[in-house]
Amino acid sequence: MNNEVLKMSSVIKRFAHHEVLRDVSLTLHRHEVVCLIGASGSGKSTLLRCANLLETIDGGDIELFGQSLLDPRVDPDLVRRHMGTVFQSFNLFPHLSVLENIALGPVRALKRPLHEVREEAMALLTRIGLQGRAAEFPDRLSGGQQQRVAIVRSLAMRPSLLLLDEVTSALDPTLVGEVLDLLTDLAKSGTTMLIATHEMNFARDVAHQVAFLDNGVLVEKGPPDQVFERPQHDATRVFLERVR
Amino acid sequence: MLSGTGADAPDAPPLLFAPRRRLIFKGRNGLIASLASSAALVAVILAVLFATSGGQSFRFYFFNPHFLWIALRGDPLKAVGSVLGGIVTNIWIFLLCEVLVLVFGLLIAWIRITTTPLLVPFRLLATIYADIFRGIPFVLVIYIVGYGLPQLSLGALSNQSPAVYGCIALTLTYSAYVSEVYRAGLHSVPHGQILAARSLGLTQYATMRRVVLPQAVRTVIPPLLNDFISLQKDTALVSLIGVVETSRAAQIGQETYFNGSFLTMSALLFLAMTIPMTRFTDHLIDRDREKRLAGAQ
Repeated sequence: MNNEVLKMSSVIKRFAHHEVLRDVSLTLHRHEVVCLIGASGSGKSTLLRCANLLETIDGGDIELFGQSLLDPRVDPDLVRRHMGTVFQSFNLFPHLSVLENIALGPVRALKRPLHEVREEAMALLTRIGLQGRAAEFPDRLSGGQQQRVAIVRSLAMRPSLLLLDEVTSALDPTLVGEVLDLLTDLAKSGTTMLIATHEMNFARDVAHQVAFLDNGVLVEKGPPDQVFERPQHDATRVFLERVR
Repeated sequence: MLSGTGADAPDAPPLLFAPRRRLIFKGRNGLIASLASSAALVAVILAVLFATSGGQSFRFYFFNPHFLWIALRGDPLKAVGSVLGGIVTNIWIFLLCEVLVLVFGLLIAWIRITTTPLLVPFRLLATIYADIFRGIPFVLVIYIVGYGLPQLSLGALSNQSPAVYGCIALTLTYSAYVSEVYRAGLHSVPHGQILAARSLGLTQYATMRRVVLPQAVRTVIPPLLNDFISLQKDTALVSLIGVVETSRAAQIGQETYFNGSFLTMSALLFLAMTIPMTRFTDHLIDRDREKRLAGAQ
């Protein structure tokens, strides 16, 4: 069986005349964690947004389980139900309780019965130790708690993969750990993830593959010990020296 | 060495006191000052009303207990209708129009912000509608509807009472205003909310219905309330096409008895209608805020 979950081939994305992604190819296999590293503005976020069709691409192809997402018959809403997305700024729904936030997608998009979804949502909340906060509104939670709820919200859709866009960048340094711990936990249990991150130590520990983006070009890709210890390109070396 | 650059402590302790004149009303002096100014204001009002000759005729013309009472119960012998009976007409016109405007205004706003290709011609139509009805003075709209529709022989539409035409005119004009209030509210919801909802696989409709609309309603309540208070008052304008509501009844009373107490009573009734509504909505907003701060469900 083919293990390719998400395959991006020669993806090109332009905003006006500015090329944000230049011929980027990246494959995500089942149970694989790929970390995207690179400076702000290098195209990490754009790559993730192209993957779940929030942006349309100007060239190349994106496949999910071997099916091209450029096929006009593809419904973006159905595609997104297979990809959980977590944002830098959490984007929890402030008018819904924590539990309702988690249940919204399964109930309204997947049309699953509420009682069944509630049980699952409670189980997910228990997993992150927030079962006692289920009835509260998101603004009562700390940033780290909110981000963990956001991750669990995307898991409630039972996605085939997770796309995480700098999910710790908006957090207080003291709260980064709890979110990274959850991601490490997910990685260990075999969750397929594409993670854009500035946390180099986390990438080194958790990623199976690390991809370095520079100015829209995927410069280098490989196992973390190779990319971090023996980078093949000058651009990678310069970047790693700067963030160290 | 370098002078005038960077942060540096001064040689002598700086003076941190406010000027004397700003210290006069601090602390206990502030309470005394506010009581004194309140007493002075009340004294001036009472003096104008009771001590001047103009004040006396003002009281007789606008606050005559005898005529206030007649205004309230009406005088069938002189064909003067009750101002109180008239306000019932204003109230039902308002209630009916309020519901219609809420629904119709939302519909217009929704059409204007959705991007479905199917709705493109309707979007254009909705824009033209909002432009036209916000641009024409309401007085003209009510004449056009009230005198125009009956002449068109459009079956049931041309065969209604003036009050119904008044409702149609109010709904047409106020829906245009309210659609703009809704539209601003819908646009005020952060884009990240829409991205998050769409990323969960929610359709455009479900995103609007479950995520954008509930958040927009919160920001929209105060301006919406403003428009509704305005709508409550503008129900008086249906008298222009022959409906005898409270302001028209008051005017008839005033012309019959040459006394303005009828107008006063009508104004008081309008206040009795609008003030509870403003208070109630303020209460709703406060409760919502408290609920969210307390974090209860």
